[in-house]
Order: sequence, then structure tokens, then C-alpha cells
Amino acid sequence: MTPLAQLLEAALFSASRPLTVEELSTLDQEATLADVRVALEQIREHYDFEQHGVELLEMAGGYQILTRPVHAAAIERAHFSVRAPKLTAAALETLAVIAYRQPVGRAEIEEIRGVSAGGVLRSLQERGLIEVVGRSEALGRPLLYGTAAMFLELLGLRDLADLPRAEELTIALQPHRAEAEGPEDAAAYVEAES
Amino acid sequence: MEHLLVTAPEAPTTALGAGPGFVVQLDAFSGPLDLLLHLLREEQLEIADIPIARIADQFLLAIHELGLNQAADYLDMASRLVRLKAQMLLPRRSEDDGWEDPRAELVRRLLEYQQIREIAVWMGRAAERRAEQFARGYLPPAPEMPPPPLTLDLLELLQAVDRVISAIPFPVLHRVVARPLDVEAATRRIEELLAEREEFGWHEALGLRPTIVDVLSTLLALLELAKRGALRLVQPAAFAPMVIARDPARPAA
Repeated sequence: MTPLAQLLEAALFSASRPLTVEELSTLDQEATLADVRVALEQIREHYDFEQHGVELLEMAGGYQILTRPVHAAAIERAHFSVRAPKLTAAALETLAVIAYRQPVGRAEIEEIRGVSAGGVLRSLQERGLIEVVGRSEALGRPLLYGTAAMFLELLGLRDLADLPRAEELTIALQPHRAEAEGPEDAAAYVEAES
Repeated sequence: MEHLLVTAPEAPTTALGAGPGFVVQLDAFSGPLDLLLHLLREEQLEIADIPIARIADQFLLAIHELGLNQAADYLDMASRLVRLKAQMLLPRRSEDDGWEDPRAELVRRLLEYQQIREIAVWMGRAAERRAEQFARGYLPPAPEMPPPPLTLDLLELLQAVDRVISAIPFPVLHRVVARPLDVEAATRRIEELLAEREEFGWHEALGLRPTIVDVLSTLLALLELAKRGALRLVQPAAFAPMVIARDPARPAA
């Protein structure tokens, strides 16, 4: 490996979060972003070619060295590390609504899921998976939520574009609240949301 | 607060068709739409053409055993279903073009929710795959994230103050009385002492029969003068009385 690749490997090894190409480029004044990308590719190939127990993954806008999935069970059996606990269906559904509709307010999340969302939103916010990204202009200026960087790390995604696209799902995306509803239905909504 | 973490693998368990003993474990569902989808799936019914009367009855049966605390969301859906059931019973002319299927809104919501469910399942799998890979120096999932940025305007702040105050059963009110601290006089007294003597003790600076106000005034005057460099405060030993001395670099005028 080139000296730059060695330096990047050391930095990636020392970090406990994904490092971006921009961050990595600050390690060496003379390295351009392109140099860093080439060196990263070299590290990745090295790990793959030499069949290392770790691999270099692109995630949440950065790069991180992670153990390969095949070793997960053994590592866990030995209590060296623990798998992150699973999220509940309620948490995943709420994340799904926010990921696809962001910025989105609590009322819309609750309408889509058909249940109140205050508790889940608070928990997701405490875990750093979502964040307040603004306020709606609607009555009461409700908070609007969006996904945070930790969300991408949790799912191991490079960016939001890694999420399945609407046409890849078996059910095509429905146009959101397509036609104006009858006055009665609108009244029912107001009642339900108040 | 709702729990985010699953403790046991969940499998919605229902025993349909077991007569009146029809049991649905509502904890296994993430909401009324989930329950509704489940009922439709069990009966292999099309979402686009829901037999409202039948589904409404089943829904009501399913939520019958609900505790009141979790009932609100389900009751809301139940009332909509009952209303839809009534609307479907209204007679209509078959050639009536203006007729709108009252189920349309429910169907739209169910389809939308079904899609969210599908995405949620996809995300759950992605998270599980990701959890199979450990980073160096495993850090437990951060329990405490920095608090969300506080965004509030003046009105919200005042309302928050109101809430805090109204929560106090018996507000303790203090009458604040301004004490006539006379730092200027104390300063003059110390400067006079400094002009006469190289150094003197804290008690001498206080004068005879000092009140609490005199002590505070003198202390503030001393600190102020020391800050200006007009004198030095020296403590010869721990807990020894403070000695006030002329600053050698600046002989008293």
C-alpha cells in the first residue's frame, strides 16, 4: 500500500465513526480528494484480496472499517461485542415515514400510521436517528422532522438515495392526499387530529 | 414513553374462526391500520374492495378487550368504520356517476400504510445486516445524544415561565431590600491608611464596631483596589489574617 493509504488506514482504524473523504484529506496537506479516493480503493482491495476479517465500507457519507458479517456470531458468543438491539415495528414505521416524507410534521406521521407518535418521536430523537429540521408554516407552527446522519449509520446506507425507490416497491407510491375530500371527510379529519 | 426495542420476536397471533372466542393480541400490532391489514389478509380480501360491514364487525370484536389507555387510536378507527358501514348501507342508483365510494379514503390510507410497512421491513433488514458488522472499539449505542436544538420565540419562553410558576403550589416571595453599601467611603478609608502605613491588618481596615454592611463594603473596596493594583493582599500563612500592603511598584501618592 502507498504511504497515503497506510495513513488513511491508521486514521480509519482510530475512528469510531465513518470519516468523509474531506475529513481524510486533512491528514495530508498534499493529498487531493481524488488521491484519497484512490487510496481508499487500494485499502478496500487490499482487505478483499488478502481476505482480511475486516472490510472498508462506505456509509453515511463516509468510510469506516468494520468486521465482516461472517464473524458476527463468533464475536458475540465470546462477548467481545454485542449486536445493536433491533428497533420495534413502531420505530421502524415512524422512521420510514420520516425518511420518505421529510421534512414532515407529527400530525402527518400520525395520520399515515393511524396512531399517536409522540413517544416514538421522542425516543428516536434521543437516539439521534431523527432531528428537528424546521417548523411548518401551518397553524401552531408544528415542528418538522428529518432523518439524522445516525439513521444512515444504523442502516449502513451511503445516503438516502440508497433507500428503495418507490417503483422498486411492490406497491407504487400513492399520490399524497390526491383529491380534495368531501366536506364531511374533511370535518372527520379535523376531529381526528384535534 | 414507548419502547423502541423489541424484546421478543413478534408474531401477530390470531385465532380466527374459533367462534366467539376470536382473540387478537393487540400488542403485536403497531396500530389500527396494521390490525385492519391483518384482518384483510387473514380473510384474503382485496384492499380495493373491502366488505366494510364484515370488517367493521371484526374490528370491533378485536378491540373489545382493549384497555382504555391504548384504546384511543383504535376507537378512532372503529368509529370511522362504523360510519363507513352506515354510508355503504345508503341506497344509491347504479348509474349515478356522481357517486363517490365512501371507502376511497380508507383504501388510500391502507395502501399508503402498507407501503410504509414494506419500507419499514426493508429498513429492519438493513439494520439487522448492519448490526452484523462491528466497528473497532465497539461503543454501546449512544444512550444520550446532545439535546435537540432549542428553538423558541419570546412568547414560548414566557409561556414556559408561566407554566413553571403556576406549578408552584405556594410561591415563596422575597422582599428584596437594597442595602446601603458604601464602597466609596471604605475605599477612602483604606487609601488614608495606605498613605500613613506600609501595611496593616484586615481588622484595622474595618474600623471600630463594624456592621455587616461595613464588612461587605470594605471587602469590595479592597478587592477593587487590589484589582486596580493600588495595594497587595497578602496572607502570610493559611487561615492567617489578611495583610493589606502598599504595592512596592507603586508607592502611595
